[in-house]
Amino acid sequence: MMRLQDALEQVRRRWPGEMRGEFGSRKDALEYEMESPSAEVPELCGWLFKEAGYNFATLIPEERESGWELRYVFYGDRNQGVLHVLVRQPIDNRTFLSLIGHVHAADWNEREAEDLFGLSFEGHPRLGDFVLHDDHWPEAIAPMQRSVDGRQPLPHQQREGVWQPLLVLDAPGAFAMPIGPIYSGVAESALFLLETTGEDVVRAVPRLFYKYRGIEKIAEGRSVQDALLLAERANGTCAFAHGFAYCRAAEAICGAAVPDRARMLRLLLAELERLRHHAGAIREICESTSLAVATSQASIPEEELLSLSCSFAGHRYLFGLNTIGGLTRDFESAACLDVAAGAADILRRLDKLEEELRYSSSFLDRLEQVGMVSNDDARTFGLVGPIARASGVARDLRRLQPYSGYERMEFAVPCEQEGDGYARLRILFAEARQSLRIIQQAVARLPGGPVCQRNLEMKSGAALGWTEAPRGAAFHWLRVGQDGMVQRCRLASPSLNNWNGFHLAAEGFAFQDFPIIMASFGLSVAENDR
Amino acid sequence: MRGWVFTGLKTGIKSTRYPEEEEKRPGVSPGLPIAGGNSLGLVDICPTNALLASNGQVALEYGRCVHCFRCARAAKSAPLDWSSGYEWADLSAKAGETAVEFGQNGFGRSLHVLVVDAGDCGACLSEIAQLNGPYYNMHRLGIFITPTPRFADVLLVVGPVTEHMREPLRKAYAAMPTPKRVVAIGVCALSGGVFVPSFASGSGVADVLPVDVVVPGCPPPPLAVLHGLLVAVGRKPPSRMFVSQRPVEERTPVL
Ligand code: SF4
Repeated sequence: MMRLQDALEQVRRRWPGEMRGEFGSRKDALEYEMESPSAEVPELCGWLFKEAGYNFATLIPEERESGWELRYVFYGDRNQGVLHVLVRQPIDNRTFLSLIGHVHAADWNEREAEDLFGLSFEGHPRLGDFVLHDDHWPEAIAPMQRSVDGRQPLPHQQREGVWQPLLVLDAPGAFAMPIGPIYSGVAESALFLLETTGEDVVRAVPRLFYKYRGIEKIAEGRSVQDALLLAERANGTCAFAHGFAYCRAAEAICGAAVPDRARMLRLLLAELERLRHHAGAIREICESTSLAVATSQASIPEEELLSLSCSFAGHRYLFGLNTIGGLTRDFESAACLDVAAGAADILRRLDKLEEELRYSSSFLDRLEQVGMVSNDDARTFGLVGPIARASGVARDLRRLQPYSGYERMEFAVPCEQEGDGYARLRILFAEARQSLRIIQQAVARLPGGPVCQRNLEMKSGAALGWTEAPRGAAFHWLRVGQDGMVQRCRLASPSLNNWNGFHLAAEGFAFQDFPIIMASFGLSVAENDR
Repeated sequence: MRGWVFTGLKTGIKSTRYPEEEEKRPGVSPGLPIAGGNSLGLVDICPTNALLASNGQVALEYGRCVHCFRCARAAKSAPLDWSSGYEWADLSAKAGETAVEFGQNGFGRSLHVLVVDAGDCGACLSEIAQLNGPYYNMHRLGIFITPTPRFADVLLVVGPVTEHMREPLRKAYAAMPTPKRVVAIGVCALSGGVFVPSFASGSGVADVLPVDVVVPGCPPPPLAVLHGLLVAVGRKPPSRMFVSQRPVEERTPVL
């Protein structure tokens, strides 16, 4: 890993542009912004991604008064900071160079920007029908443009059979089977086109964004507090982590000093959420293998964590706790001790379940060597979270770019090498144990004092906030105008990164493994579609 | 395999006694605010206009409350009280002739439910998924989730109905045999919740399908969903929480 100073030095030498340091007035992280001419951006980003060891976070397109601003965000190891590569173009020049050959992980981000902002990315092979389905919307619509009023309905059409992805399979008996968007018991809406010759899935094409609610657009013009409700509900099963990232962005803008007690309580709540999310993900994996007793055994800790969250914080999914400047409520010390004890109890049950699963050969057979993602692929596609960590990519923002006091917590970042379904399951169990460790430390070290900075004044400006959400790295970019209203809110979610790599796991495996691979990926459609 | 049988037996029975008895286990419901009092200042802090002033009192439109807790934690005026219940399901204002009367079961012994996600945030679906687990175990009541509309008696819809899901939702409903019921789960499915007004989604299921039963909550806890199903088939009386619900046209737009 290259040190930040060395990386910046090299960038300065090879791509002389404007460099702004200490960007974002953040005290707990190194954040740099470098402006680059359009023509140099792909190579510069490619160098950061492939050689300097930086990870791709997200692309943030913005239409400003002065023109287009596209911000490619990268993050490195702890001492490498967060880098924004900024490119500006006049408003009538909508063509940018695609990063696809240099940073493959940016693929879906560019497709999204093309569809929603009406930009075009030279060199990108697959633009068009992505977020906005062509059988529903006319081509020319670009809802994220400033001139569009997101509160009004836009013209739409209804045409059948417009979506016809290129089929690749040319063999006797080959066929393509669409599954979805409504396809199974309790499942989020999404469509999968599986190409096969009968036994194995040769190609899996997910078609997403059935759940597109235009959250980034409808956040514009709302107050910073009200847009927080949208950030939480982008993905209700990881609401605290997203609300947390959003608040960190808002707090960086107005220079808030979140009281120590709130910082620590936020860790407690974030880890309680991770624990519950992982219990749910484990339940889904058991369910996909049709192992009935194991499924019920796994449902018990999940429901117990939901009701524990509710007794503790008033809401089963921890809605309404984060606010700009801290938390909306305090907790009694006795309640904090109870929640730690309750979580420890539930974890013992999870440990037992893991032990029993480990000796169920019929269960393991269905997970081992199934849905594999190689370490190389995980890096190239920019996978994040437990899925990446099961493929040997030990990235975790709590460690790489620590926030809110994670730097003082003792915990491990579990990592496995196999990249199969079983490795992903083991990661979930191992991370659940680490979450409990953090909860216990947070409760033991909880300082006194207020839980929210009072009389906080919202300022205008822009900043990035991030957290390691249960499914991986989440980045929220917030720009607030002079009037205190949200001008731009970019919600970059781990599921968007990971769906981009889902086909890696699904292709080459038997049909009946498909639900298991889906479950072991544990992706959220809501978090992807937003 | 033997191990699993023992594990199952050792765990014993966890299931709730609801609907025969009230469920008292803590944390089964986040509750809802209770209308009343005259702290009219609260009306302005509600982000979804769920609170309104009516004859000098704070009234509440349950189909819009998103559990933001602002009215409960309001610093300046007296906060609203919260209920701890979960029997929130009510007949929709437009249920009309198809509604089943309480006590008159329009369906046989078992009930098959099709769940359609029309753009939820994931929390409503997660709560529905809990109903299959041992704590709620709705199979004991003869209620089963089916993956296909052809065998479904009840359509359970979550989410505000995004533009992209409107047609699939319509088709699923059309493919169901009659008699059929539609139960809208969660504030998004009732009013669009925090996601309206918007170009990308509508303001609830009623814009697309005739809704029979409404279940408020963000998300409604599993027992509220179960109550909704029981109301839909006349096995439980409705809550009557929506009696005062104003027709859609009169609603003030959000924000
Ligand atoms: S909790 Fe419900 S009623 Fe109270 S302010 Fe929030 S949305 Fe409005």
